[in-house]
Amino acid sequence: MTTPDTQVEQDRAVMSRRNFLGFLGKGVACAGALVGAGGAVGAVVSERGNRAFQQNDEQYAEAVNNPPQVPDYNWNDHKWAIGVDTDRCIGCLRCMEACKTENSVQMDANHHRTWVERYVYLEGSNTAIVDSQSDPKNIENTGSETKFRFDNRYRNVKVDKAFFVPKLCNQCEHPSCVQVCPTGATFKAKDGPVLIDTTYCIGCQYCVQACPYGARSFNESRGTVDKCNWCYHRITKGLNPACVEVCPTGTRIFGDRNDPESPVSLFIRNNHVQVLKPEMGNAPNVFYKGTDKEVV
Amino acid sequence: MEHVFDHVTPYIGYVYPNETDVPWSQLIVIYPYITGLVAGAFVISSLYHVFNIKSFAPVSRFALLTALCFMIFAPTPLLFHLGQPTRAFNAVITPHWTSAMAAFGYVAGFYLCLLLLETWFAFRADIVAMSKVKTGIMGKVYGVLTLGSDDVSPHALAIDHKFARILSMIGIPSAMGLHGYVGFVFGSLKTREWWSSDLMPVIFLLSAVASGVGLLIVLYVIVSKFRKTPIIDETMRGLLYVLFAGITIVMVIEALELLEIFYKAREGVDTVKALIAGPIWVGMAIQWIMSVFVLAVTSGLLIFEVHGKRLVNWLFLCGLAIMVGVLAMRWNVVIGGQELSKTMKGLLTFYPEVFGRESLFVVGVISVCPYITLWLVTKLLPPWADGKKAVV
Repeated sequence: MTTPDTQVEQDRAVMSRRNFLGFLGKGVACAGALVGAGGAVGAVVSERGNRAFQQNDEQYAEAVNNPPQVPDYNWNDHKWAIGVDTDRCIGCLRCMEACKTENSVQMDANHHRTWVERYVYLEGSNTAIVDSQSDPKNIENTGSETKFRFDNRYRNVKVDKAFFVPKLCNQCEHPSCVQVCPTGATFKAKDGPVLIDTTYCIGCQYCVQACPYGARSFNESRGTVDKCNWCYHRITKGLNPACVEVCPTGTRIFGDRNDPESPVSLFIRNNHVQVLKPEMGNAPNVFYKGTDKEVV
Repeated sequence: MEHVFDHVTPYIGYVYPNETDVPWSQLIVIYPYITGLVAGAFVISSLYHVFNIKSFAPVSRFALLTALCFMIFAPTPLLFHLGQPTRAFNAVITPHWTSAMAAFGYVAGFYLCLLLLETWFAFRADIVAMSKVKTGIMGKVYGVLTLGSDDVSPHALAIDHKFARILSMIGIPSAMGLHGYVGFVFGSLKTREWWSSDLMPVIFLLSAVASGVGLLIVLYVIVSKFRKTPIIDETMRGLLYVLFAGITIVMVIEALELLEIFYKAREGVDTVKALIAGPIWVGMAIQWIMSVFVLAVTSGLLIFEVHGKRLVNWLFLCGLAIMVGVLAMRWNVVIGGQELSKTMKGLLTFYPEVFGRESLFVVGVISVCPYITLWLVTKLLPPWADGKKAVV
């Protein structure tokens, strides 16, 4: 069950994440920059067959011990939310790639901060067939867990209806993961995201059990839990989360609900939106348009 | 192709991608199992100390030591499971009280102290006697164990007895609390259909008592054979009554639990059925065959008023069966709950590792430790009364 992520840790960065971030910082209004960088990094990955851009141990320790100071940011002023317009999603999975790159998520099929689900109703069927990039067939098709593609398995069958549903942490108003954390290492920030203090997490994984959305995973090499934080290091600097930034179709919409004219406020106001598993009582902050009953 | 599917838990249907890494492994199976054995053994000890049921007198001190030795090792599986075991005490230093798990350190710590205290009061007279008789290092050890209290006058012994009894009284709700609490850790999770049940703490508690009684039967018979001492019929009958009561209630409540899931037939019930017929069918078969076996045999022993050697043999088998059955039940709950995907559209099949930090090997080592400790502790503090007065 363990994933000795030694490969990740041993890799001495060809293009370290630090440089990568520095590059971004210089780019300031970097709408296109990340897409370009993502492509470049993808090329590095496929050539070397390993994960050159992942944080190594020292970089990780540095990031944890000296978190960047963001002097102009007041978390009482914001209420972040994400909208997902599933009608727009084309399943290109650039969001997954960007997320794994941006956040040094383990590069295998069992650890994700975000993923995309494909729902397919075959002709005459009332239930959807669901898969994600982690499905063995998709990975066999590309030959690697680090190439993010859906295969074309429905090529020769009649499909009634099909759509993609991007998933990420819902940063719930009543997060059950925070409720069950025995140490308080995971907590809800005032501006919305649920964060983890990885220097305090004991790695009991109770929160992994408690999340109704399967959004949390366990990083075996660090002995602590990992989750999507809507790229908290980016949003506190006024940037979009990486997945939102790279989405070529505008499926993912990010913004501040305190601002009635922000993209997400407009999205929620102008569309019929719903949340996932409302019966859990978690009150998610990711709002979906265009999903149907089969979506889990 | 780099490590594709190395450690992926295989699945059918659709599961969330993160679920293929099963969070709680076989170590979390034996954790409630061990605490369950503690609770059961303690109940037997208390039946004599508190309720003064004489038939349990011969095993009551042995049961107390059994509870103590298993309690010492109850937290070990958790420590092996934690990603950051050196931070384990964070949960005690800064408990986050909305978490069911935050209280574990306190509950377990309190109960361990209680067991230690009760053991000391129950054995103080013996310790004092030993410190007078033994020489050399062991004499010193016993001397230290007396904690400077070597008064063995009838008055002092009466106080000892009184304290042991009071501690035992506190111990019953504590043991119940400890194990009911373990059930709550699972039952309070709304996410997992297979765990999220109001009956979960009750099931955990009752199966704990049943397995603990089973353990005591097995140990009592084996130890008596080794020591070549007679097995007291009255005690075996007493254990039989408790085991019969335990298994009956456990089976009824577990059956009710399953019945409720199927009768309510909420969305995803087909996946629950597939879980029982699929990934955990072996566990379910073991659990129910063992339970039925124990129920049938204990009923037979009661109806036909069996005594003597036949009672010992059959009850020994029952003890083993209930221990195996409850272990299977723990597997079915802990692993089964995670094999049923949160999507309710898929099933995982968990395969335990054989070697490694979280492996069957470690489980084996941890499971053996309490028995070895118990053997050593009985050398230090012989719990048997046959030296003082001849019983049967």
